[in-house]
Amino acid sequence: MSTHVTTAAAGSLWEGGRSPYLTNSKKFGMWLFIISDALTFSAMLFVYTYSRVSNPNWPTPFHFSPSIVFSSVMTFALLTSSLTMVMAVHAMNRGNRAAAARWLIATMAAGATFVGLHLTEWMNLIHHEHITALGNEWGVPLFGGTFFAITGLHMTHVVIGLIYLGIVCQAVMRGKFKAEDVEVAGLYWHFVDLVWMFVFPLVYLMSAKI
Amino acid sequence: MSTHVEEIHSHGPGIPTFAKVWVALLVLTGIEVFLAYMQTPMMIMLTVLLGLSVIKAALIIAYFMHLKFERLSLFLTLFPMLIFCIVLMLIFLGDAYRIPMMRPPV
Repeated sequence: MSTHVTTAAAGSLWEGGRSPYLTNSKKFGMWLFIISDALTFSAMLFVYTYSRVSNPNWPTPFHFSPSIVFSSVMTFALLTSSLTMVMAVHAMNRGNRAAAARWLIATMAAGATFVGLHLTEWMNLIHHEHITALGNEWGVPLFGGTFFAITGLHMTHVVIGLIYLGIVCQAVMRGKFKAEDVEVAGLYWHFVDLVWMFVFPLVYLMSAKI
Repeated sequence: MSTHVEEIHSHGPGIPTFAKVWVALLVLTGIEVFLAYMQTPMMIMLTVLLGLSVIKAALIIAYFMHLKFERLSLFLTLFPMLIFCIVLMLIFLGDAYRIPMMRPPV
């Protein structure tokens, strides 16, 4: 093994026989997925922006209370869940499975809080602002279409992330999965957080009504 | 093999770094919400919000997603292509601007 490593280290990383990125294939696969998913969300945010630019009377339905307050708390929940996820990976790297499982549960709790608040915010928009995916009082149906598509796709990612973390968490508790598996799950979770860092200002804050 | 794994992870940041990044992200979010509350003019607000969002994204990618501590080749494989494709999407911005002017008067 040592001979092999020494030989490979002396040659080029790109000559084959070892990963040029010095990372495992699961992590690299997740990175490729994240890049493709980032392009999907970018395209949707561009669709939203172009729809907004081409409609001068774009709706501004987000009152400071409750919409902006809710979405700010949701942002706080997601950012905190990213911190707890990092702590789970950190604990797993040190071989502390019990602590890793606790941090994963904390991450899921913050993620579930996000979904709960987001659904409440959706209901507020539908019932009080009369915005649906097909129309609204401003006469710009593209707003509802793009808004519910972007936030709906993001919420789907959060829900899939909760299921993913649930599976990882129970495996960690039963002594299965390695630190790198938790790290790969973490990459996905941080990406969900990352997308929200663009959705929150571009969709919510830019259409705030104080 | 286990030595190899430990060697990789030992280069990573510690808990104080993660906490600092989390606080920085919260502060930047606070600034964004404050700008919205102050009803900043649209173009200034859009520019500042996008700038802050890119900084926040970079912090998350570098520290939480650990990319700062991976090989440069991984970053160079993934990100230039992503940024190039996103910039290409700007091609249609001119068309979006022209649509309101092209609508027949009611």
